[in-house]
Amino acid sequence: MPKDNSIKSLLIIGSGPIVIGQACEFDYAGSQASRSIREEGIEVTLINSNPATIMTDKVVADNIYLKPLTVESIEEIIAVHNIDAVLPTMGGQTALNLCIECEKIGIWEDAGIKIVGVDIDAIEITENREAFRGLMDEIGVGSAPSATAKSFLEGKEIAQKLGFPLVIRPSYTLGGTGAAFVHKKEDFDELLTRGLHASPIYEVLIDKALLGWKEYELELLRDQNDNVIIICSIENFDPMGIHTGDSITVAPAMTMSDKTYQRMRDMAIKMMRAIGTFAGGCNVQFAVSPDANEDIIAIEINPRVSRSSALASKATGYPIAKIAAKLAIGYNLDELQNQITKSTSAFFEPTLDYVIVKIPRWNFDKFQGSDRTLGLQMKSVGEVMGIGRCFQEALQKACQSLEIGRNGLGADGKELRNQDELLDSLVNASWNRLFHVYDALKLGIPHETVFNITRIDPWFLSQIEEMLAMELEVSKFTIDTIGRDLMNEAKQKGYADRQVAHLLGCMESKVYDKRNEMGIKRVYKLVDTCAAEFPAVTPYFYSTFEEENESISSDKKKIIVLGSGPNRIGQGIEFDYCCVHGVIAAKELGYETIMINCNPETVSTDFDTADKLYFEPVFWEHIYDIILHENPIGVIVQLGGQTALKLAGKLEKYGIKVIGTDFAALDLAEDRGSFSSLLKNMEIPYPEFGVVENAQEALVICKDLGFPILVRPSYVLGGQKMKIVINEKDLEHHVIDILKDMPGNKILLDHFLSGAIEAEADAICDGKDVYILGIMQHLEPAGIHSGDSFAVLPPYNLGDLVIEQIEDYTRRIAVELKTVGLINIQFAIKDDKVYIIEANPRASRTVPFISKAYQEPYVKYATQVMIGDKKVADFDFKPVRKGYAIKIPVFSFDKFPNVNKELGPEMKSTGEAIQFIDDLKDPFFRKIYNERNLYLSQ
Amino acid sequence: MKHSSGQPAILLLEDGTFYEGRAAGAIGTVTGEICFNTGMTGYQEIFTDPSYYGQIIVTATSHIGNYGVHEDEEESDSMKIAGLVCKKFSSTFSRYDESTTSLQSYFEDQNKVAISDVDTRAIVTRIRDKGAMNAIISSEELDLEKLKAKLAEVPSMNGLELSSKVATKEAYELGDSDAKLRVALLDLGVKKNILRCLADRGCFLKVFPVDATYEEMKAFNPDGYMLTNGPGDPAVMTSQIETVKELTESGKAVFGICLGHQVLALASGLKTFKMHNGHRGVNHPVKNLITGKCEVTSQNHGFVVDIESLKDNENIEMTHQHLNDGTLAGIRLKDKNIFSVQFHPESSAGPNDSRYLFDEFIDNMMKVKKSSGELAEA
Repeated sequence: MPKDNSIKSLLIIGSGPIVIGQACEFDYAGSQASRSIREEGIEVTLINSNPATIMTDKVVADNIYLKPLTVESIEEIIAVHNIDAVLPTMGGQTALNLCIECEKIGIWEDAGIKIVGVDIDAIEITENREAFRGLMDEIGVGSAPSATAKSFLEGKEIAQKLGFPLVIRPSYTLGGTGAAFVHKKEDFDELLTRGLHASPIYEVLIDKALLGWKEYELELLRDQNDNVIIICSIENFDPMGIHTGDSITVAPAMTMSDKTYQRMRDMAIKMMRAIGTFAGGCNVQFAVSPDANEDIIAIEINPRVSRSSALASKATGYPIAKIAAKLAIGYNLDELQNQITKSTSAFFEPTLDYVIVKIPRWNFDKFQGSDRTLGLQMKSVGEVMGIGRCFQEALQKACQSLEIGRNGLGADGKELRNQDELLDSLVNASWNRLFHVYDALKLGIPHETVFNITRIDPWFLSQIEEMLAMELEVSKFTIDTIGRDLMNEAKQKGYADRQVAHLLGCMESKVYDKRNEMGIKRVYKLVDTCAAEFPAVTPYFYSTFEEENESISSDKKKIIVLGSGPNRIGQGIEFDYCCVHGVIAAKELGYETIMINCNPETVSTDFDTADKLYFEPVFWEHIYDIILHENPIGVIVQLGGQTALKLAGKLEKYGIKVIGTDFAALDLAEDRGSFSSLLKNMEIPYPEFGVVENAQEALVICKDLGFPILVRPSYVLGGQKMKIVINEKDLEHHVIDILKDMPGNKILLDHFLSGAIEAEADAICDGKDVYILGIMQHLEPAGIHSGDSFAVLPPYNLGDLVIEQIEDYTRRIAVELKTVGLINIQFAIKDDKVYIIEANPRASRTVPFISKAYQEPYVKYATQVMIGDKKVADFDFKPVRKGYAIKIPVFSFDKFPNVNKELGPEMKSTGEAIQFIDDLKDPFFRKIYNERNLYLSQ
Repeated sequence: MKHSSGQPAILLLEDGTFYEGRAAGAIGTVTGEICFNTGMTGYQEIFTDPSYYGQIIVTATSHIGNYGVHEDEEESDSMKIAGLVCKKFSSTFSRYDESTTSLQSYFEDQNKVAISDVDTRAIVTRIRDKGAMNAIISSEELDLEKLKAKLAEVPSMNGLELSSKVATKEAYELGDSDAKLRVALLDLGVKKNILRCLADRGCFLKVFPVDATYEEMKAFNPDGYMLTNGPGDPAVMTSQIETVKELTESGKAVFGICLGHQVLALASGLKTFKMHNGHRGVNHPVKNLITGKCEVTSQNHGFVVDIESLKDNENIEMTHQHLNDGTLAGIRLKDKNIFSVQFHPESSAGPNDSRYLFDEFIDNMMKVKKSSGELAEA
């Protein structure tokens, strides 16, 4: 059926602030969907409370509402716009829940709005485990045996029937709270009691735990004509027992025969058809028994775009959200074109001639006291994807993308070699299990032992053993004796030059030179959905070491934008927002834009964001090879957060132009000593500070500074390991604690201005003129990380004198640092005197927030300034200043029940929302103002 | 595990390009027409599919052999491909079924030669652009001039009849002889799963050799005729074309798959031609023009029925069409219970979306039975 012409105006619901389990993949989905529907001539209205999103930009939708995701907001929107249909499948569970709530009240019906892309009944079935299991029985699809217990006795009976291991899930709790595995009978009574008490209705669901079963996911698309295709099969490296969002996953499935795969495919299609009639995307999860029967059991089905569908889109090149949106408005798959080849049909199943590996990124260090074991609840905050021509290469590239201070998987001298610790880590899987599997095999713990503990498929374990065997072979040689074949093999297996250098005992640069001498060079291959069967037009590349290169370098003027890597606390979607706008701005100026990033959840890695996408680790070796291949006029580092910024020095060293602010200025701002001397010369106040290398020095210097003292390692983001101490004992303890984790790091001690007010400013500078985008006053007193503070734009009670100081200092510092582009400066205000806490000549977390609040494209302006196309004076700034905008920090503490929720200098929030108020009498503002001291830690 | 790089091997194409890689499988030299398959699963089914007889297969997917080989996944009694070109030939495999063995031993046992660790994507691109061509793989002779000389002797696939090399020599019966329907199969190189699909639907089967006459098949007293898949150029199968003409006049139901479909088309006055590089994979989109529904199909063919030749033919209706290139994918003879498809409804490897065609064949046989009054008697 062609497009449904009754739809002239459509509403898309976003997913709100980033929390664990619902991250920027929904910005990617929402943006794609919105563009896809707009190109059909349909007006798109979008609601999302998250300001750091591309989807809430003018470039994406017609009408944008940065409003809380509530029924009231929806009512407000439909009172203004003549909406014909609502698409709730692009904003995760948040959007679906809001849609259902509105449906129950009758809002959609009253306004004559139809729900497209999903069937409400389908959602209900998939959310209700009992109903889901009943339906699976009806259609002959196996599901895990389970039953509901409303009493202790009932629970005991169920356990006796099902046998162990079991899962206990309290009913009606959020985010899997209180859910637990029960491995043996002795633990059951206690966990059952706890589960029943955790449930507000004294009820638990008890399932048979399929621990160790193989785990798979399929991504489906269906149209109104009931045509179904499978976009991607994904195999979990970590079998059942670890949440799929916390599992390392591989596509395509590696260890499944065609017979079993086709059975699974048939079941998935049957399930999608059984839950309801709707046109759109769907994700199905399965467990396969690790025995000769290969029994397949359905775990769950999600009738919407998901984290996995974002991954599947990036893994295959098939833009699921874009096509799902078209299906929602009536198109059939066979009426649409494959977006990658532009010559074949959208009704087909992508086929891969490469392998992708996704590894989650955790941030346990931010949640002191949290249970770091992986299990039923998702705990990761981001993810990376590595693409390679074989599993090993993809695995190494994913490890190189993680930014956890490693050069890949192993071969860096950082292996754990304690047998007991390793075995314990294999049993109690945490963020480092992959590394410990490698270490265990390297230490000689037998394959069978590792398998028996982890149940990771033997094929994957053999792949790692093969890598270890090759490492051993390489280490028999030196840089002068290694042969071409072996060097080539190491590179084809994804080993970084640094890793090879470690094995050969030489410098990285020697390996680089040697392999180039040997003619072992990176080539770039296309992600084309069809394994080269058809010519493809989409410039989406990954690197490998083979013969043919497919990325033809043009002779246009090019600019590379470095992405921000995996999401983590302190560096999230805000930087992707900045990168995307940087790309768009450079494109508009006529440059060929090249994006390098490895985060599959992002808009920046969408194949139609930049002119060319290199889905590669933001890791020096990969970046340098791309630069040599493309020969850009320069590289933009100030938009991609610390990930990109920390590569500036290396770029400078290799004679590659850093676009915008020079490396020297970036470095100066990072170096506390030089920066303070600069402030001193400029007669700008800053808190007294000292730099120490050990606890002894700290104890001396603290006498001059006076307590309280803010202690932190230098060169970190998001306030990692930052703490306020009030006496010598605590000071000594924390300094030693930092050095334990970061040996050799310099430590900064600042006199902490207790009771001060904090503020921050973002500005654009062209080297001479400065324009201050906005000044934000933090609600909480000093001591809470700026990322965790409520920030009010503009300041709500700073005096004119203070504002003048802030403006004056911002201007002078920006110019003094020779800033070309963006700068963010943080201030502490005490007794009407303004002190500088820090200055960062780069895009900050708050730039998207100010851009949204004032409705001006500041990243675009900054990019034009960076490139040198425009000066600050060339812009006609017209910020929409009306009332106040409040940035609300959002936390994911529900995932870490045992963590101290008090806030401090170390950032803990995962996302943010924006709220507009007309004046300070606003009840929301009054509430947060009155509670402002509540969370402050000592 | 010990590190091993394996022996060197070389792949040389007719156009002179060559690729150096590692030897896998047996050590030796093989020649054949090179073509690629884009499926990500089902390697054993592909290697044993008789339609691939004499061909060197490039598997586009990264890894081959991960889940070993298993007797349930054989589509004929042995490997039919001439040789294999792949990226990663897995030295280990994982499957919990203990009767699984490794792909390496399978290749060695059947003396099949393979080359791994070559840029398969570059090779696929070359075949895609230049079309099907002959090739040679060797892990015993690395001298290019000698390989070139040997390659020059290999005949073109165009005009080759190959069914007789892979089809049964003797007729045989299969299934329950009391079954309500009897099917006579003309074996042009049948895949086992076609037999399974029919037997599972309650048919008693008799499989006839490629040179069987209409009279011989008719003697089985079948309710329907199945024209199977197989290798080679359909246009040169003149005696089979004549036999099929007689079948179509028999009043019985007829179902053709792949080569069987091409032979049926030729017997009905249509033409076939060799495609630039064929369709080989498990993700081919086909639209059923009768129902308007789409299906993902398994395909493996280098020749195709000319859609142009259909225009002048009033007796034939196109039922299926390939969504990517618009080629003809299925026909039926008007007013007859006869149809055929270019793709593989028995899949294996590949999706089961098109299994309904076997049900339609069964329905057609029942219809014929009913109209001839046989059913009433029973």
